[in-house]
Amino acid sequence: MGYLGGFAVTLKKYLHRTETGRVVTREYLGGQGGDEDQKRPKPERAHGRHVLNRYEDGMEKCIGCELCAGVCPARCIYVRGADNDPEAPTAPGERFGFIYEINYLRCIHCDLCVEACPTEAITETKLFEFSFTNRADAIYTKDELLVGDDGKPQQLPWEDWRDGEDLMTSGWMRATAPSGDANFEGIIAWSAELGYGVRAPEGGQALEAAEMAAAEAARSAEHDDPDDHGGHH
Amino acid sequence: MILMLAALDPLLDNVDGAVVLIVLLKVVVSFFVLLISVMAMVWFERKVVADMQNRIGPNLAGPFGILQTLADGIKLFFKEDLLPRNADPLAFRLAPYLSLIPAFTVFVVIPFGGDFSGDNTGVVNWFGRDTLAQVADPHVGVLFFLAMSSIAVYGVMLAGWSSGSKYPLLGSVRATAQMISYEAALGLSLLSVLLTSGSLSTNTIVDTQSGWNWNLWVTGIVPFVIFLIAATAELNRPPFDLVEAEQELVGGFHTEYSSLRFALFFLAEFMNTITMSAVIVTLFLGGPNGPMFGPDWVRMFLPTIWFLAKLLVLLFVFVWFRSTLPRLRYDQLMDLGWKLLIPLSLGWFILLAVTNVADGAGWNPVVAGVITLAILGVAGITLRTAMRTAAVRRAAGEVAH
Repeated sequence: MGYLGGFAVTLKKYLHRTETGRVVTREYLGGQGGDEDQKRPKPERAHGRHVLNRYEDGMEKCIGCELCAGVCPARCIYVRGADNDPEAPTAPGERFGFIYEINYLRCIHCDLCVEACPTEAITETKLFEFSFTNRADAIYTKDELLVGDDGKPQQLPWEDWRDGEDLMTSGWMRATAPSGDANFEGIIAWSAELGYGVRAPEGGQALEAAEMAAAEAARSAEHDDPDDHGGHH
Repeated sequence: MILMLAALDPLLDNVDGAVVLIVLLKVVVSFFVLLISVMAMVWFERKVVADMQNRIGPNLAGPFGILQTLADGIKLFFKEDLLPRNADPLAFRLAPYLSLIPAFTVFVVIPFGGDFSGDNTGVVNWFGRDTLAQVADPHVGVLFFLAMSSIAVYGVMLAGWSSGSKYPLLGSVRATAQMISYEAALGLSLLSVLLTSGSLSTNTIVDTQSGWNWNLWVTGIVPFVIFLIAATAELNRPPFDLVEAEQELVGGFHTEYSSLRFALFFLAEFMNTITMSAVIVTLFLGGPNGPMFGPDWVRMFLPTIWFLAKLLVLLFVFVWFRSTLPRLRYDQLMDLGWKLLIPLSLGWFILLAVTNVADGAGWNPVVAGVITLAILGVAGITLRTAMRTAAVRRAAGEVAH
């Protein structure tokens, strides 16, 4: 159709929008709207704001080793460790994180701190809608980062959460072979999370790739069937 | 002087206070209607383009987002008004008005109502006085439109030049060349209309189109198509928006403008779209002409409704252009204007003139038409050969680019 074909395309879109009759953009009003105001489900490995985790007995996981601060490329983490009080320890072992601050004006959410952490004390949630309005709010202190007594992250006044968003909030961790068990080679395992229990291990990229390859092979085998001339390739 | 005025509008036969009031009312009402319709047009364009791109478009300010333009306007109103250091202060301040005022004034000559069916000449009776449903009907209505659209070039040109910055300058150089080139094609396709209607007065042009004798088919579709393309270029609307060309020229001629001055350019752009559509409706689509029926009070409003319906269709077409066609390159734009539209409109005008003369002189119209077509065909082939030869020589490096 040359030049005029394009006009048919736009007119068709104008009259029918998409084939499913829906628009591809979503309403997003930051919580002001009604039913139409929906957040898109976040990717499994989305990097949002951090949390400091605890053990099931309420002990803090952070041991104040400062590896996260050392690895941070944006230099946004400030940690100072202190000796535990032997009578009433804050964390198991000798030391605990006495001061823990993350400056979210600098954080690039690269997740390197999570990888560096030897005790899985710091993980990233999928929460990213926290538009603070001053610099003091931008610096999250230990009190704000630490999970509550129920083991779930604390919502700060300026953070936009919806129902169920705090579930499965912990960031994806590249944990391999817990305790050096060879059975867990290439498989992501999780430590127990206070408030959420223990999550089932995930296969990781290697396993996913293998599964996808198998599915692809099965599909192409189907298409070899001479009677099948379906249009979906 | 009085005689001249009397011919313009039956209202002005004997001027008294009531007549002055009616004229004032017409001016004020059309001024505000135009302003509000610009708001609606911006919203309409954004919504339609959004629909064509599977988006939602503005939907928060007011029902269906119809107040979005108002919100944008208020925002612009409160922005800082910057005057660049290198700018020429007088020309910089003057340019937005040079854009806006012609956009307003063109609407003066548009007949937006009045019964043209049968022997009626669009005279309406308002407050017991006979008048025309247009602000003014000068004998040179069409020339007035051309003059105003030429002045609008100055707004764009001065804006770019006076900014004292390179992107606006490039934008305005493009704009000037483009608008002047396409003015030629615009004027030549307009000549076909003038030839058929035999008048420069917009009222008479509409009157000659009554009874479904729309210039659209009376002149043969070609002048309409050329006029539509040239008008799009004249308006600097996509696909001819090289003047603004965000990807290359930041904002084009209005890069350095902010606040209300930018709003004025924005307003002028959309108002020009509306007035140009109104001009096309007047020249080609019979203006307020249309089927007349029903009781008197319906007959009073029907012409205006037909006018608005045609206007809406044209505005949709302009938006449709925008969402469909990619922007032309500068040389493609010039090629289209000079090598295709101008020769085509000129040839079509000659063909129409010949059939007109043949009709009057009693010649055989078929023979006259065929001979003219043959001559035009030869001319066209010559032109094409010349362009081919030039292209080949340019490619061979014999002449400078």
